Formats: sequence, C-alpha cells, structure tokens
Amino acid sequence: MVTISINNETRQFPEPVSLAELVREYREHNPELAFAIAVNGEFVPRASYAQVQLQHGDTLDIVNPVGGG
Amino acid sequence: MDPLKLYGENFSSRLLLGTALYPSPQAMLESIEASRCEIVTLGLRRQNPKDRDGAQIWEAIKGTGCRLLPNTAGCKTVKEAVNLAEMSREIFNTPWIKLEVVGDDYNLQPDPFGLVEAAQELVKRGFKVLPYCTDDLVLCQKLLSVGCEVLMPWGSPIGTGQGLLNKYNLRTLRERLPNIPLIVDAGIGAPSQACEAMEMGFDAVLLNTAVAKAQQPALMAQAFGNAIDAGRAAYSAGLMQKRQTASPSTPVIGQPFWHQQSRQQ
Repeated sequence: MVTISINNETRQFPEPVSLAELVREYREHNPELAFAIAVNGEFVPRASYAQVQLQHGDTLDIVNPVGGG
Repeated sequence: MDPLKLYGENFSSRLLLGTALYPSPQAMLESIEASRCEIVTLGLRRQNPKDRDGAQIWEAIKGTGCRLLPNTAGCKTVKEAVNLAEMSREIFNTPWIKLEVVGDDYNLQPDPFGLVEAAQELVKRGFKVLPYCTDDLVLCQKLLSVGCEVLMPWGSPIGTGQGLLNKYNLRTLRERLPNIPLIVDAGIGAPSQACEAMEMGFDAVLLNTAVAKAQQPALMAQAFGNAIDAGRAAYSAGLMQKRQTASPSTPVIGQPFWHQQSRQQ
C-alpha cells in the first residue's frame, strides 16, 4: 500500500500514483477552483505534473485563493 | 494627486486594501469600491473543497480589476515563503509578492533574518518583492541591498489597531531612505493614524482589519481613502514647524484698544 497525505488527510493507493492522476481527480471534483500544488513542501509547476510519481509517505499540499491582508 | 509608483507602475490611490475578514464578499467589494484602492492583497490556503468562501472571494476579486498582491502570510521559514510565493505566481499570474516570514507567533513579528534570505532568493527568481518588515533601519537597508525596491514596515503588530507605535524609527526610515517607496503595513486602526503616516511622508498605507471589522466596512473604507488623500496632500503642501510659544495668526498691527490699555498702565 502507498500512503499519501493530501492536505493533511491520509489516502491509500495500491501502487504509486502519478500527480497528474490525482490532479485529474481533483479537477473533476472542483472544476472551478484555482489551485497550486507542492509535494513534500516543494512547489511543483503545472507543466511538471506529468513527470511526478508520488511515493509512499509523500505529502501533498493543494492551495486555493483566499482573502488575505 | 501625484501618483504612487511601485516597481515601475503608477497608481492614483495610495491605499492598499486587504481582502480578509469581511462579513461577506459583497461587503468586501463595496469596500474596495468605496476606498478607491487599486491594489488588493490576498492569500493562499489549503481549503476544504466544500468550503466555497475562498472561491467566492477570489471570483469577486477578479472582477475588480485591481492589481493583485498575494502574500505569504503564516510562513515561518524561508522555504515555506519561497514555495508559497511560487504557488502564488502560478495561480495569480503575477511576480508581485507581499513577503511575510513570521518570527514570533505572539505578535506576528517578521523574522528579519529569514525575511532577507527569502527576499534575496525571490528576487533571484524574478519576483517583485514587497517585504512586510519591522521598522528597523538596518533590516530595511539589507532588504534594499538584496533587490527589494519597495519596503513595507509595520506601524504596529497585525490586527492590533494601535497605529504608529515607533514614530522615531518610522521617521528615521523616511529620512534615511528618501527615494524608496515606503508603505506602512499593519497595525493601522483609524483613519487618523493612516493620515498621520501619510503626513510623515510615507508613500502609502496597507490595511485590512480596520475596514473589514468596522460596523460599516464600506463607509470606513471611504474614510480611510479620504484620510490618506488628506495626509498625502498635507505632506506635499509642507507642514508647519511646531513652536514652543504662541504666535498670533491675526495681525498685531492695527489691533484696536491696544493703545488704550497701554496708556492705562
């Protein structure tokens, strides 16, 4: 089992999963949300999603715009 | 009114407004309009997708046409700040970043060491960095030396509404850095405080809570806009020097009765 933390919630996958696949799923559920992603605290540009294979123990941060001061 | 120039861009308003803490997205929009601001700050957060507040606010902000100034609020390390800045640049399609590196949870005081390091890295990566900093002259000089072209010293800690706590330091910054755009950021609670900052020669004021938490945010936003205009006009006009003793403003020559009183003595 591959365990990945997504915004502090643990998810399990039977095998390593690509970031592009997770993004596709995220977009399906949140079609109108602008977002950006970091893996293990490092920003991953959109153009690189296809090249990132997530491993057991990876942490994913998906952020969206909010009001700010 | 002379324009505010930041990173080569001119703005007619000298108020930068935050977009957090409003009772509703509509109240935020009305405040932006009433303030006449042209730059708004905003942030990025992990959100529960079911929570639509952030999405609503972002949709509302997009329609204002204001320049976006994303922040790195809440970041405590250089790595966090740099990565959040990169995420902001991708989402908001702007190299402008309000750089925050928090050094203390209690008063949200900027970490001066992390701030300089993060600013240096972000400038190298092509960002236009507007650092939220303390009013320390040497820190400000370091930030300039690593490529920041605008500085945003605090008036007082974020959200306190205490106004300009260290006027000596703020005046020193203004005097020693006469050609650098200086924006008082944070701690402004009343229009009079914003006006005072402008009278001291600061180029602009950035605030959020004082408007968003007012009973009537749009009315308060208008009050701040007017106060900032007044302060800038006063600074441009040149304030009088304070004096220890009274000096009559009405002419003394031709004063009636004066000779009569003199004769009686």
